[in-house]
Amino acid sequence: MRSRNLLALALAPLIAFPFIYSSARESPEPELKIQAFTNATIYPVSSPKIENATLLLKGDTIIAVGPSDQIDIPADAQRIDATGKTIIPGLICTHSHIGSVSGADSSSPIQPEVRVLDSIDVRDTSINKARAGGITTVNLMSGSGHLLSGQTLYLKLREGNTVEDLSIKLPDGSLAYGVKMANGTNSIRDNGPFPGTRAKSAALVRQKFLEAQVYQKKRAKHLEENNPEKIFERDLALETLADILDGKRTVHHHTHRHDDILTVLRLKEEFGFKVVLHHVSEAWKVADEIAAADVPCSLIFLDSPGGKLEARDFEWRNGAELEKRGVLTALHTDDPINDSRWFLRNAAIGVRAGMSREKALEALTLSGAKILDLDKSVGSLEPGKQADFVLLSGDPFSIYTRILETHIEGKQVFDLEDPQDRLFAEGGYGAGHNRQATGCCFYR
Amino acid sequence: MFKSLLLSLLSLSLTAAHAQIAVKADLLFTMTGDLKPIKNAIILCSPDGTIQAVGTDIQIPEGYQTLTVKVATPGIIDAHSTVGLSGILNSPKHDQEQLEKSAPIQPELRAIDAYNGRDPLVKWLRDLGVTTVHTGHAPGTLISGQLMVVKTNVPAITSLDDTLVPTSAVAATLGSSALSKSPGTRAKAIALLRAELLKAQAHARKISTAEADDEKDAPAPNIKLQTLVDVLNKKTPLLINAQRHQDIASALRLREEFGFNLILDGAAEAYLLLEEIKAAGIPVIVHPTMGRPFGDLENMTFTLAAQLHQKGIPFAFQSGYETYVPKTRVVHFEAALAAAYGLPREIALAACTIYPAKILGLDDKIGSLAPGKHADLALFDGDPLETTTHTTHVIINGKLVSSTAK
Repeated sequence: MRSRNLLALALAPLIAFPFIYSSARESPEPELKIQAFTNATIYPVSSPKIENATLLLKGDTIIAVGPSDQIDIPADAQRIDATGKTIIPGLICTHSHIGSVSGADSSSPIQPEVRVLDSIDVRDTSINKARAGGITTVNLMSGSGHLLSGQTLYLKLREGNTVEDLSIKLPDGSLAYGVKMANGTNSIRDNGPFPGTRAKSAALVRQKFLEAQVYQKKRAKHLEENNPEKIFERDLALETLADILDGKRTVHHHTHRHDDILTVLRLKEEFGFKVVLHHVSEAWKVADEIAAADVPCSLIFLDSPGGKLEARDFEWRNGAELEKRGVLTALHTDDPINDSRWFLRNAAIGVRAGMSREKALEALTLSGAKILDLDKSVGSLEPGKQADFVLLSGDPFSIYTRILETHIEGKQVFDLEDPQDRLFAEGGYGAGHNRQATGCCFYR
Repeated sequence: MFKSLLLSLLSLSLTAAHAQIAVKADLLFTMTGDLKPIKNAIILCSPDGTIQAVGTDIQIPEGYQTLTVKVATPGIIDAHSTVGLSGILNSPKHDQEQLEKSAPIQPELRAIDAYNGRDPLVKWLRDLGVTTVHTGHAPGTLISGQLMVVKTNVPAITSLDDTLVPTSAVAATLGSSALSKSPGTRAKAIALLRAELLKAQAHARKISTAEADDEKDAPAPNIKLQTLVDVLNKKTPLLINAQRHQDIASALRLREEFGFNLILDGAAEAYLLLEEIKAAGIPVIVHPTMGRPFGDLENMTFTLAAQLHQKGIPFAFQSGYETYVPKTRVVHFEAALAAAYGLPREIALAACTIYPAKILGLDDKIGSLAPGKHADLALFDGDPLETTTHTTHVIINGKLVSSTAK
């Protein structure tokens, strides 16, 4: 329920409300709505900032972006005056634990068969709060307490009743997701079958991927034979790893310390992973090696270092050091580590420590889309892309800037003027419930 | 010849290192009067570590080291932290001294016996402009211990003089985080606390009877009860961390019954009890604005500071206590966010400078810039509340302690 709709409803007799609502739902597919957000400052991200600009949408798609005097707005378009406001692409969080997610259990350190898909609560207030934070696309994942804690899931934060309503379909019909892995402190535990050292961690992972290579060959042969009589025994765990080896799924790898980062690069070298380094607290120590390996990073900026051994040497300049070397760099909230509502602020810390404003904004949007292989459809404001965008009260990197509206595929999913949405944006009585941070780091 | 050149160079650099500091600021927040900043101001630091002069028509005397900056504020004060006790590594038995869980009520645990001013997080905060911290035992048991006030340039507590206040408050917690086996419920927690305060009252009576009557023996020394007697005598405030409205109400009820000086801490749902808090005339040290919205903080709001301000309730910001990452928050970052949610900017700055100084009873020394007060300053290259602004220099007691431009 959004204020613009609310206004229309308020004009209708109150009693007619349920009727109008249901009849609207049953009516045949209407003409695609054309919306024009005019006179805004627009950061398309894929091109330089435009003042006095117009964003034109048709249905769920962007059809034009440019200076207002160069955009022809069709007569039947709904015009929304955005004078004084700033429009940026919907934010993409490449690593989040919202939706009260869970993944692998404590039975073993490597559980590729576990899907975060089967745990997500789409009604969790953390998802509403993420919309209030301008986040439109997320990579939802389980925690870092395992070498491999399961499959992640890429979601658009559309309103919906089921996780499928929020999911992203790939051309082959499967859902878009990656795989969560971790090394270093968190996945080392005191008791078997969990590793007790870093060398053991790497050995367990290598053994599993060697087994997956055999499975991968068997599966390829089976597909090649194309014999419907022959039954192929599926193994959910090895199947996921074989998908990684096939380059179909990306590994999202939690890693902090310089030596742990290099271990990930070594595994990538051996098995040909498509991998993204996440957190990367000590990126500044091995930035050259990361750049040489041509591996993208997803960073987080915390307000202080430490809190655990592997984050002791964390530095704010990670973003700037990677930018200098041309490494594709995105950002993440790791919500609940950083609340989704402070995602813009997180990028501002990167700017404080030397990132360019352009690359910092890109790290919140287009770079994240690239890392998730979704950059054909989201991440920037360009004709043909999905109409995911955020209206701001001012400069994206100013602490005083408020997020006014969030739109996904042409539909408004957050409106600061709406009282319920405002509650999610600011907090207050009824804003929360006992959100268990099971997906992350608080269980140990 | 060469030697004498070297010597004179050495003495020059020594002079520079020990020179008195003058600050030339485009904008100076003295945090006095109406809190409005002064343009093109100069501050002179005196050799005794206090402020010599503040104003717009001051000549910088010869021999001063002049720092020219965009913005100057009083050194930032963190109204409640655990820094120095809760160390960077988060390693139990090594650098986690903020919470002793062997008993639910341990007011005798002193912050001065646990503080490590050399922990990297103290430097982290100092480099960002925090010059004074109210730090000590964390929330998490019914009474976890004492707090102290210390400057962030103090590496270790070698005498009580190293602190501004060695025992500034006793830390109590009402709410989920203080519940385990026993007390296991909120009602039991209050019963335990009341029983202990009654014991302290009896202890105080025995002491005064013995003092009045030579025939009567003084009670056996008991540092636990003595600490609580100091609370009952209003010598030491009781800082009660209470987030939910019913826990805040319990804190007010306890104060009503025992008449101690109460500082309300956290107070996530204080917006439901503004009238009651105002009527009690107690200050609030607001939970970090970026506190995580679960558990007792599930209904927290970023607008709490603005609401307290509007109601005229004295308040200050804190970095709080973090169990994981980030291991410490930065108090003026928390203030900045409140400024984005309805709190006037100069009030946000006051709530991490002069307001905490007042709550701690130290506003005659720190928290504002005026002649005779401590020369503690934070210098910035822009709006101190903007995330993208750098802290360029930090001065404590007239001495430059950081110039890292962080």
